[in-house]
Amino acid sequence: MTREIAVVAFAQTAHRRTSDELSEVEMLMPVLHEVLERTGLKTADIGFTCSGSSDYLAGRAFSFTLALDGVGAWPPISESHVEMDGAWALYEAWTKLLTGDADTALVYSYGKSSPGPVRDVLTRQLDPYYVAPLWPDPVALAALQAQALIDAGETDEPALAAVAARNRAAASSNSHAQLRGSIPQGDYLVRPLRTGDCPPIGDGAAAVILATGERARELCARPAWIRGIDHRIEAHGLGVRDLTDSPSTRLAAEKAGAFERPVDTAELHAPFTSQEVILRKALRLDDSVTVNPSGGALAAHPIMAAGLIRVGEAAARIHRGESDRALAHATSGPCLQQNLVAVLEGDPR
Amino acid sequence: MSKEPVAVVGIGQTRHVAARRDVSIAGLVREAAGRALDDAGLTWADVEAVVIGKAPDFFEGVMMPELYLADALGAVGKPMLRVHTAGSVGGSTALVAANLVAARVHRTVLTLAFEKQSESNAMWGLSLPIPFQQPLLAGAGGFFAPHVRAYMRRSGAPDSIGSLVAYKDRRNALKNPYAHLHEHDITLEKVQSSPMLWDPIRYSETCPSSDGACAMVLTDRTGAARSPRPPAWMLGGAMRSEPTLFAGKDFVSPRAGKDCAADVYRQAGISDPRRDIDAAEIYVPFSWYEPMWLENLGFADEGEGWKLTEAGVTELDGDLPVNMSGGVLSTNPIGASGMIRFAEAALQVRGQAGEHQVDGARRVLGHAYGGGSQFFSMWLVGDRPPSS
Repeated sequence: MTREIAVVAFAQTAHRRTSDELSEVEMLMPVLHEVLERTGLKTADIGFTCSGSSDYLAGRAFSFTLALDGVGAWPPISESHVEMDGAWALYEAWTKLLTGDADTALVYSYGKSSPGPVRDVLTRQLDPYYVAPLWPDPVALAALQAQALIDAGETDEPALAAVAARNRAAASSNSHAQLRGSIPQGDYLVRPLRTGDCPPIGDGAAAVILATGERARELCARPAWIRGIDHRIEAHGLGVRDLTDSPSTRLAAEKAGAFERPVDTAELHAPFTSQEVILRKALRLDDSVTVNPSGGALAAHPIMAAGLIRVGEAAARIHRGESDRALAHATSGPCLQQNLVAVLEGDPR
Repeated sequence: MSKEPVAVVGIGQTRHVAARRDVSIAGLVREAAGRALDDAGLTWADVEAVVIGKAPDFFEGVMMPELYLADALGAVGKPMLRVHTAGSVGGSTALVAANLVAARVHRTVLTLAFEKQSESNAMWGLSLPIPFQQPLLAGAGGFFAPHVRAYMRRSGAPDSIGSLVAYKDRRNALKNPYAHLHEHDITLEKVQSSPMLWDPIRYSETCPSSDGACAMVLTDRTGAARSPRPPAWMLGGAMRSEPTLFAGKDFVSPRAGKDCAADVYRQAGISDPRRDIDAAEIYVPFSWYEPMWLENLGFADEGEGWKLTEAGVTELDGDLPVNMSGGVLSTNPIGASGMIRFAEAALQVRGQAGEHQVDGARRVLGHAYGGGSQFFSMWLVGDRPPSS
């Protein structure tokens, strides 16, 4: 019999354009304290810890080692790290809990995009021999994808502007969001994408706690049970992919059981408006589903944490009784190359 | 609830060298993965998920290279995870992959770790200056030399122990076709007269910078039954981490290492590691770490590890052979080094280690560590499935 595993607590920073005065660890510490306080657990009570971050954002090798100091790993802890968005750290922790080796897990991730030119930095993710030397940045690549979508008749610029407006209006009730309320769509950044179609550049951190079965019920009044979670990757080369679709998202959603019953909420990690259009189609989300009530990645996009935040936001809505069955999505790589889908449910009311 | 037993049914390594200029990063990893699949008698289609690890992205200058490597590793349409736990990453990566099988999330998983150090400069990659943070003191040797000194002072070990380890490992490497350093004219005198780099660590007592990759195919009971060659069974596996720097830290014998070993032994039902374990592949990047880790892993009492080395116990024909493959001292593609330890342990219990095979090796430890002696990952593999 498979173990029941739930998200029982979530915390995040107020995401900001810069945080010059804080190191990554200083940015992360309050979030770790907050998420532990929510459950009353201490570091020593946690069975497994897993984090996600990127050395390239930090500008140094082994950057996660200092964050571990912040966790207070003494006596020594069972711990691991993915060089990925924290949503994948959560996946690793979920696996660990499934083996029965632990009953609780702390998952955190963080990223500061402000210290360097993040559009340039992200070009280093690309094929190092043929593509990276051309320095195509993520906005340019997303613009290719958006144009392909427009050419296919799947959307148009006004529709994209509406996606931006809706997300940022939703963010007005999210005190953690970086961009909130009515924001002009702005000028073209890379055609057909305007400033408003793109995520803000920002710094931030997030953390969640997972627990199994009865432990989850002790720690949380209404646990957000992970009914399924899966992730899939696509080819790296943009030339061999249909940029107007996201087959990896569809497959992950299928494996996670997302299509078995309708969801009422979806938190999508769509840094660009055009990507929300693609994801809605792949995930078969119609207008009855509340999409990105947090404002999504268009309102705050701390790289490496933005995916984990989607899981946290979806779980928090279940905790608060605002959702019964929610979908959370995270992405990584150029033009939605890699995608994770989690399905969360609250106990029946 | 019970875990699914995990078996190693395929192992593949590249021939490790200073610079593989004939292949791209993708070509390098594909070579190791292809060999692991061949060994397992499987094809790319049999792999359900890929778990990949390497040390810092700055070593090749590619951010999150797993994205670019998805095609080369046949991962398209599959789950792909990227682990990074500093020098211990090769071991951690194998354990994350093993958990996918143990948790019954997947039946057959390809796990791979690599480093192509020739693409850039590891010393530089480790030494990027960051404001308000302690630098790593120009590469790893400068960081670890004081801890070796502390061990020598604490244990009263004679100065000669480090050179004995290096001499042994380099001779073992001659029996391993995949090892990077093949020093056919090696002598103890040559090791002892090599230049002093970070006192007391001499040039011949340090690991090389290698290009290389190591891959394993992990599978469940059903998969193991179909394996064309004997599987190695995981009897225990664990990770432990502790902070880099704090007043109570014992750099000579970190508690995280002791706790990690204790967890593995508990899972595997090992009460006396010196008696119950037949051989060990231990992460020894600087020669003196052999006696230090022998103590940390419970093979010797505190202060006594060097005596095992001095008495020849850790030689290939000794009572507890250590680093039969030549170890990290002979081959060091950093991100892969931990996985090579795990894979070599599995080769031994499968009886597939060729010229460096230890006769009758039934239970063998694979060990990796990283960061400032703060991240540990280990597994114990055996020639029979776990009893429970």
